[in-house]
Formats: sequence, C-alpha cells, structure tokens
Amino acid sequence: MSLLRIDDLSLSIGTMPILKGISFACAAGQITGLIGESGSGKSMTAYAITQLLPKGAICSGQILLDGDNLLAKTETQMCALRGDDIGLVFQEPMTALNPVKTIGAQVAETVRLHRGASRAEAAAIARDTLNRVGLPAAQFPLGRYPHELSGGQRQRVVIAMAIALRPRLLIADEPTTALDVTTQAGILALLRQLVNEDGMGLILISHDLGVVADMADDLVIMRHGEVVEAGPNAQVFATQNHPYTRALIRASAHQPSRDDYQGETPLLQVEGLVRDYALPRTSLFAAPGRFRAVDGVSFTLRKGENLGLVGESGCGKSTLTRAILGLESIQAGRITINGQPVIAGQSMPAEMRRHLQVVFQDPYASFNPRHKVARLVAEPFHLIADAPQGPARRKAVAEVLQSVGLQPSDADRYIHEFSGGQRQRIAIARALITRPELIVLDEAVSALDVSIRAQILDLLADLSSRFGLSYLFISHDLHVVRKITDRVMVMQAGKIVESGETEAVFAAPQHPYTAALIKAAPQLKVEAKDDELVV
Amino acid sequence: MRRGSLYIGAGLVGLFIALALVSLAWTPYDVQVLEIFNKMKPPSATNWLGTDHFGRDILSMIMEGGQVSIAVAFVAVGLGMGLGVPLGLAAAANRGSLLDELIMRSNDVVFAFPALLIAILITAIFGPSAINAIIAIGIFNIPVFARMSRGAALELWTRDFIFAARVAGKGRVRISAEHILPNIANLLIVQGTIQFSLAILAEAALSYVGLGAQPPTPSWGRMLADSQTLASQAPHLVLAPGLSIVLMVLGLNMLGDALRDALDPRLQRGAK
Repeated sequence: MSLLRIDDLSLSIGTMPILKGISFACAAGQITGLIGESGSGKSMTAYAITQLLPKGAICSGQILLDGDNLLAKTETQMCALRGDDIGLVFQEPMTALNPVKTIGAQVAETVRLHRGASRAEAAAIARDTLNRVGLPAAQFPLGRYPHELSGGQRQRVVIAMAIALRPRLLIADEPTTALDVTTQAGILALLRQLVNEDGMGLILISHDLGVVADMADDLVIMRHGEVVEAGPNAQVFATQNHPYTRALIRASAHQPSRDDYQGETPLLQVEGLVRDYALPRTSLFAAPGRFRAVDGVSFTLRKGENLGLVGESGCGKSTLTRAILGLESIQAGRITINGQPVIAGQSMPAEMRRHLQVVFQDPYASFNPRHKVARLVAEPFHLIADAPQGPARRKAVAEVLQSVGLQPSDADRYIHEFSGGQRQRIAIARALITRPELIVLDEAVSALDVSIRAQILDLLADLSSRFGLSYLFISHDLHVVRKITDRVMVMQAGKIVESGETEAVFAAPQHPYTAALIKAAPQLKVEAKDDELVV
Repeated sequence: MRRGSLYIGAGLVGLFIALALVSLAWTPYDVQVLEIFNKMKPPSATNWLGTDHFGRDILSMIMEGGQVSIAVAFVAVGLGMGLGVPLGLAAAANRGSLLDELIMRSNDVVFAFPALLIAILITAIFGPSAINAIIAIGIFNIPVFARMSRGAALELWTRDFIFAARVAGKGRVRISAEHILPNIANLLIVQGTIQFSLAILAEAALSYVGLGAQPPTPSWGRMLADSQTLASQAPHLVLAPGLSIVLMVLGLNMLGDALRDALDPRLQRGAK
C-alpha cells in the first residue's frame, strides 16, 4: 500500500482553477519526482498536502496519508502532523532559517514542539540529526548561527529540521535550485541516503528533468495543473506516452543549430586583470584586509565568437563582467575593446560603450516597472549622439522587437504584462538596439523554464549568426554553456583554471576542478522520441 | 476598513482645504471688524460657531485661519521635500563618498536639535512672521525626506534595471531622475502626507506662542492661545480651533496610512 495517495485533487483560488483533478501515489522508501515548469501547480500540490494553502483556496478530492484523509483534518490536527509525520524542505536556504536563532535551537524546536522533549533531550536529538546530515559536532556546534554557514550547509540544516522526527513523508520543493552544482550533488546524495535509512517517502519537486531522472523511482509530470504522465521512472522515459513528456526531454537536451566559428580578429582583450575589495577592519587600528575577487585574469574574445565563462557562486565571474562593462574600477591589468582601453566610470566614450551590452539573469528585476517597453528598449540610444527620434525611433524599436520574435505593438505595453521568457526577449532587444559587437549574457537563461530556455538559446544562436555578434556567456550551468559556446573558460577563486575549445574541455577536462564540475552536473541521458519542441 | 480610512481622511482634509479656499473669496463675516457688544455669543443661527471675545465670527476665523495653517504647512513640506529629496538622491548615488557623508552627517546635526526650540530661536532672531515659520518648519523637514529617499534609493541602486541604465551610459543624475525618483514617488507621497500633519501641528504651536502669523491675521494656534483664559466661561472658543487642528491632523494621518496601504506594492501583496 502506498504511503501517500492523492485522488482527484482539485484546487482553486477564487474562480481560478489551479489543480484540475490530479491523482498520483507515493510509496514509503521511494522517491517520487514531481516535475513541471512554472505555473504547472507542482508547488501548490505540496502546499495542498501540507494544507499550507493561501487564503481563499478551495480543495476537493482526497489526500490520503496512510489511508487518513488530510483534507478532512482540522488545522490543529494538521499542526500535529506537519513537522512530525510530514517534513518540508524549501528552495531558498537563505530565507528558510531564522537568522537570529542558532541552528541547534532551530532543529530542536520541532522536537520540543511535537515530542514535548526536555531542552537537553531535544538538543541531543538535534545533535544526532545534524550529524546525520553531514554537519559534524567538531566543525558545526549547535551554537552556530545561519550566517556562519554556506548555502549548501544551510540547506543541510533545513533538511535536518525536516527529518529530526523521522517523518514518514518528506517533501522537498526545488531543494537544490539555488545551489551550485557541486553542492547540489552533495544534497541530492544526502536525500537519497536519508530515504534509504529511514524508509520515508520523498516527493522531490523540480523543474530540472536532469536532477530528477537520476534520483527518482517514480515520476509525475505536471502541466497546467494536470498530471500528464505518471509511472515508474524507467517506464516513463521508455514509453514517453505524452507529447509534453517528449517536449520536456527534447527541450532539456536541445542543441541550437550554430555555424562553426571562424575568425581571428580580437574584439575583447583582457590582460592580467586584478580587482581587490577592502575587507572591514578587524580592529580599530589594524589595516583593512583585502579580498582579491579577480586574480590575474587574461583572455581574448574574438569577433563573432561565443565564449563561455563557467564557475560557482563567489568565484569572481560577476566582478569580472562588471569590470569588462566599465562599471568597476580595477587595481591592475588592462581591458581593451577593438584596441581601445575600457575605463571605469562615466569617462568611457559612448561610441565604445554602445558596442558593449548586457542581459541579466532575472527577467523580473531587469526593467523599470514604470516605463513602457518602447522606452525600456530604446534606453541604450542614450549612447548614440544622433539617435533616431520620433517615427524613426519607433521604427527602430519595432524592428528590434521583431528580431527577437515579439510584435511591434508590444512597444506600447508595460513590462508586467509579459511572461518571464518574453521579458528576456525584451532584455535581448534592449541589448541589440545599438547594434553592439559584444553582448555579455550574465546567467541570461538560468531563471527560465527548460522549454523557454531552449527557445531563447535558439534565438541567441540565430542573432549571433545574423548580426555577427560575440557573446560572453556566463553561467553556472555547464550543459547550457556547452550548447552555445565555441570556447569556454573555467573560473575558480578569481583565477581562470582552464580554457579551451568547448568540446575539448568537456570531453577531456585537464584541471581537477573542471572534471569535478562536469561530473557533478546532473545530465539527462534519455533521448526524446520526436523533435517537437513545443506542444 | 482600509477604504473607510481613505474616504474619511480625504473627506476631512478636503473639507478644511475647501473652507480655506472659499475664505479667499468670501467669509460669512469680515474678521477684521470687531463687534464688542456681540462678544462671546454661543453658537446660533447667525453665528454658527458663536463669536469670540471681540465679537468676531468664529467660523469666519476658522476658515481664514485654516488658510494660514495649510499654506504654511504646505510650503514648509514642499521646501523640505524640494531640498531633502535631491540631497537624499545625491547621497545614494554617491554612496560611501565624501558627499554622502557630508549630506547625511549634516542631516544628523539638524535632527539632533529639538525642532520647535530652533523654530522659536529663528523667529526670535528674525521676528515672528508666517514666512519665518515656514522656514523654521521647512528646515526640519529636510532630513526626514533626505534620509527616507536615500534609504529607498540605495535599495533601488542594486537592481538590474539600474545596472542596465549604467550600461546604457547614463550618468548618476539622469538615472536618479529617470529611474529612481519615479520608483520612490509612492513613499514620498505617503511621507509627505504625514509630514504635512506634523507641520500643521508645528504651525499651530508656533502661533500659540505668538511666533507664527501676526494679528490681525487669524490662525488656529493663536485662537487657542487667546481663548484659553476664557475656556471656563465660553468653551466653544477653545473647542472650535482645537477640534479644527485635531480633525485636520487626524484626517491627514488616516489619509497617509490609507495611501501607504494603497501605494506600497509590498504591503498589498501581504494583505491578499
């Protein structure tokens, strides 16, 4: 008998249907992967199971935990279940912990609440649990505060809180999405191990097919609030009954068609770049320490070339980008574009700056919410002395919107009317309008759903060949970098540890760090059964 | 509930502003004319709020007094906003620089003085008048707006769209005007409403001690001061200006609260 069974669960908020009659089951000691893109209702399913629904949500159907209908329970009964029988792990380890309480107190809290354990007993259980999640007493005493831990360590604390009472069911909602690949591998291994040891059921919610495919015993694929396909992992991938399943697999492995790069003219040259930050003084009279974010980086980006820059958070890739864009002063070294030096600050000539544009990761933060698209897209025209005005300006905006696959009429709409993928297209349009030679893509597709990501990658590849654009493609996602770049550089602790032709680096990494990164990145090894990208 | 406080607040504030505006053209009686034989009459059909110790119509005085109070508060808050916001934006745009330190530390100095005492000092030196009251109240509004706009702007400066504007080659001044200011306008409106109510109180206090608008111009604060010794014989003399101040300030605070709820997207999301 299955641990959790969901029968014909429907959920609506107001008049808006969110879940439409979903059914699936989850067995003890097994991992059920719940996969879907944003808006598919996968997180709402988790909230429905725990009854942590937003105000005004109405549920129908059945959610049976060991034959007990959770929908029939009162809030008091649910409070007793949550944290005891059902554990929860959220995506963002930075906000899931209370910053003013020690990790020991936070893990012990659940124990004291549900078991009525004494302070000492609870602390002992907390200690055991932290040991189990790989935070041994020697380095991680109970008195540590969350800010003293890294993202991966915090996520381990969150997991410890969820499993302290050995729940029968653990729900992990995108537990590794905010983490680096090497950290992600560790967290996933830990979850697998806990499931095996405790025999609990795990619902692993993710948008990343690669992560789930390696882990899950059963798969549930959701779309628009419906379960489109469910079954054992191997069977789902073998049959791929539903077209959406095939589209997802296809999108995850999608390779945009690109011309082979030829060309020798250097566009961007970076030589011995160093950027230091002053650290806060440790005492009143000590000289402030210095942190070297970028440490002697040199490389050349040629005209029309797509260059990848890979590294984990804190490796200095953002600082490097800002320095190249002329927004960060540097302590040593030289950056030149077309032979002209980049100078930080306003003194950089506009004529030079217009050849350098940027697209950011978060499509929701990249635009001033109070301007219309026409004004947003035309902003870089500020760099051009004789920028087109009036009808000519409108025409330029319309052209650039069309070249990214949007309508000219979109120019008169506000940014909040667009989806994430459309916003990213607008961000690319804004970067294109000055006809730049180099676009820095700072994690430009990382926040997008796989199907949208595949489309944006196609668009980028197409624009690159049409306009002879060069990209500096910065990402933590190795598979995306592999698909879109000619050459790749791997950055670690401010230094470039390896660089070379993308395929060569991926096939035979020379540096141990590169090898570790490639090994840790989860990859979908299944082929889609047809070529449809969108259904 | 939230709607309610918006309507009540806007209604109260609107009423007093309307009365003050009407008094520019017409009042029931001329407040400059004294009718001593008609003094301290209780409210009646001819004098709705009664008459004062010189026989002047109190309703007319409240209307004209509102003119002074509202004008002084309005100009003073405008002065504070007009100087404070640019200073705050400049400090945020040059975060950590000498300019930032200079602006914010001078604000701290202004903040450190008890506002009303300095206002009394200013009017004592330059002589009591409505203009000096405006300057005195205005100066103490500057740091309020400077601090608030700097704080809000600092958060905005870290956003990607500001970064994009910098990549587009826009300078600090231009970014502050084009991107930062429209995004902190909500906060400014709300804070402006609340400062406005404080300025009304400050003006009343200055007039009360005789340092605001000078006779024969009526003002709420001085009406209170003039009538306080007569409060036991003719309570309506005190009640009329006192309630005017209370209702105006209450209305502004309710309006400010309701505007904050309506305009702040963060609170909106939480409320749902």
